[in-house]
Amino acid sequence: MDLFTILQVLDSTVRLATPLLLACLAGLFSERAGIFDIGLEGKMLAAAFFAAALAAITGSVWLGLLAGIAASLMLSAIHGLASITFRGNQLISGVAINFLAAGMTVLIAQDLFSQGGRTPSLIGKGRFEPITLPFAEEVIDIPVLGPIYYELISGHSILVYVAFLMVPLSWWVLFRTRFGLRLRAVGENPAAVDTAGVSVVGLRYAAVAICGVLCGIAGAYLATGLQAGFVKDMTAGRGFIALAALIFAKWRPWYALYACLLFGLLQAVALRYQNIDLGLITLPVQFMDALPYVLTVVILAGFVGKAIPPRAGGQPYVKER
Amino acid sequence: MDRMPHWADAVLVPLISLILAAILSALVIIGIGEDPVAAFNLMVEGALMRSAGWGYTLYYATNFMFTGLAVAVAFHARMFNIGGEGQATLGGLGVALVLLYIPWPHWSLALLAATLGAAAFGAIWAFIPAYLQAKRGSHIVITTIMFNFIAAAFLNYVLVNLLRPQGAMDPATEKFPEATHLPTFRDMFSSAETIMFRGAPANVTFFLAVIACLVVWLLLWRTRLGYEIRAFGHSESAAKYAGISPVRITVIAMLISGALAGMMALNTTQGESERLILNATEGAGFIGIAVALMGRSHPFGVFLAAILFGFLFQGGAELALWTNIPRELIVVIQALVILFTGALDNMVRMPLERVFLALRRKEG
Repeated sequence: MDLFTILQVLDSTVRLATPLLLACLAGLFSERAGIFDIGLEGKMLAAAFFAAALAAITGSVWLGLLAGIAASLMLSAIHGLASITFRGNQLISGVAINFLAAGMTVLIAQDLFSQGGRTPSLIGKGRFEPITLPFAEEVIDIPVLGPIYYELISGHSILVYVAFLMVPLSWWVLFRTRFGLRLRAVGENPAAVDTAGVSVVGLRYAAVAICGVLCGIAGAYLATGLQAGFVKDMTAGRGFIALAALIFAKWRPWYALYACLLFGLLQAVALRYQNIDLGLITLPVQFMDALPYVLTVVILAGFVGKAIPPRAGGQPYVKER
Repeated sequence: MDRMPHWADAVLVPLISLILAAILSALVIIGIGEDPVAAFNLMVEGALMRSAGWGYTLYYATNFMFTGLAVAVAFHARMFNIGGEGQATLGGLGVALVLLYIPWPHWSLALLAATLGAAAFGAIWAFIPAYLQAKRGSHIVITTIMFNFIAAAFLNYVLVNLLRPQGAMDPATEKFPEATHLPTFRDMFSSAETIMFRGAPANVTFFLAVIACLVVWLLLWRTRLGYEIRAFGHSESAAKYAGISPVRITVIAMLISGALAGMMALNTTQGESERLILNATEGAGFIGIAVALMGRSHPFGVFLAAILFGFLFQGGAELALWTNIPRELIVVIQALVILFTGALDNMVRMPLERVFLALRRKEG
């Protein structure tokens, strides 16, 4: 394997890790505030569709992005209503949201475009084009570092850079601001936050809304950056891989980055190579597909480090009994 | 004192939720420019007015009874088994192995053995998440989701690399031997003059599903184990004080749940396709969630809800055939049912409770 091949695999790792990372950080905000969210998949899917649909109709990818975020926020509102206001089961609400998105996207796509549940292919301004960073052309001749800068760091769409900047931003918001402290507290001990005179409901809705925005960007990137248009079920389990990454990362932003890069690498390798010959044994492609989930189960089982979720996660908060 | 009479909780709440889901579905149909009344008539016409329609409705209902019971049993132990899909996938593998490698003289024996195979494989797939939940505190919802994906990848590997006949292109096993063919409704109910259930896949497994409903009811309300499962579901700490082992109940409840989900494969794999194919479950594992919620986790409720969803599934197929409404409408309806009967349960329940309290106050 030469440098160029390695760079290509890493380059597609970055691109494939981006939606995972955004969705993973989305889940991080929600779960840190004590709202389990297995509806990441559905929110991404809805955002992917509405982003592609608006971009196809208006020809503007930025309007598409806004539409994707709006769609994701709508589903977040349903999730908030069910799990915060009406104190319903958060997991069941997440399941419902996934199905709602899976069904509605195809239904609306068929109604708007009549192409069997897909949008027309996006061209020109309907997509996020790759950005060439400054000096990328000039430094390409420098050995090793030049190609790394040109291939790996430069040449992604803007949302990729947004996703990676979200990691320090999330860390800062969660661990260095008053809002972040309260948000984490509400996921550990909502009663204490309530006693301090801060609204539990407000904080949780804020967390769910942030989750919606990030899932919206993730979905929009899928349909307008990674690919050119929406196809039925295009998230293909990415919401659940993001969930797995979140557990793998033990609900921390920087670890989330590493976990998503690892799972992105697995996807990139599975995409490029079918079966991997290791000499003694051959790893089938299905093994690579299953690996993120297997790793998550191992982590969850607590054999390699222990993943402890926020203490009040999944429990609705009742002010007084 | 209960705020609401029991019948209202069992009948009124799901009924109102269903009506809400139906109204929203109708709005969706209007939104895409179709006529909801005509669509409903078409669904009834296609699913219930001909024996062939019933043959499909009951075929789907059979799947949903098994997966619905699976979710319901886990619900009684206050666990959310979202892994019915994976357990049913593995159940299919159990069915295929039993039928492919052992020569059976008669379908009844084959069905018996395949039932054991399906239940065992489904139960094994549920056992690991159950054990991890009981012993290591790993959240069962997350592990069963992960196991769905692992099951899909595993079956893909087995079909592509191991069980596919030489030279075949599509990832599927070869056809099961003729002797394992299950009698379909057509075989059972047609006479020489009239052919009933023409072309429909409903088969003898339907009766097995009905028996399973009965057995689960007996188990939950007429046995010591069932009592323990329900007690554990009501209050883990109380159950512990009463000498019920949480580990034992968690594992046993999930084994039963997994076995029921696995048995779904009898209907699809032995009954319909007569060979193991990829994605034979068609999402039935997830529809089980809606069925169990709708049926209030009671076997009789599950039975009714399964038939309702069978009707929706078959009616939805008819809609996709004759109108511009894609099959995904059923997914939307399913989502709305889960939303209203599951997550937004309190939205329906709170006003109802208030009504009943007001009524009672008037009486008193």
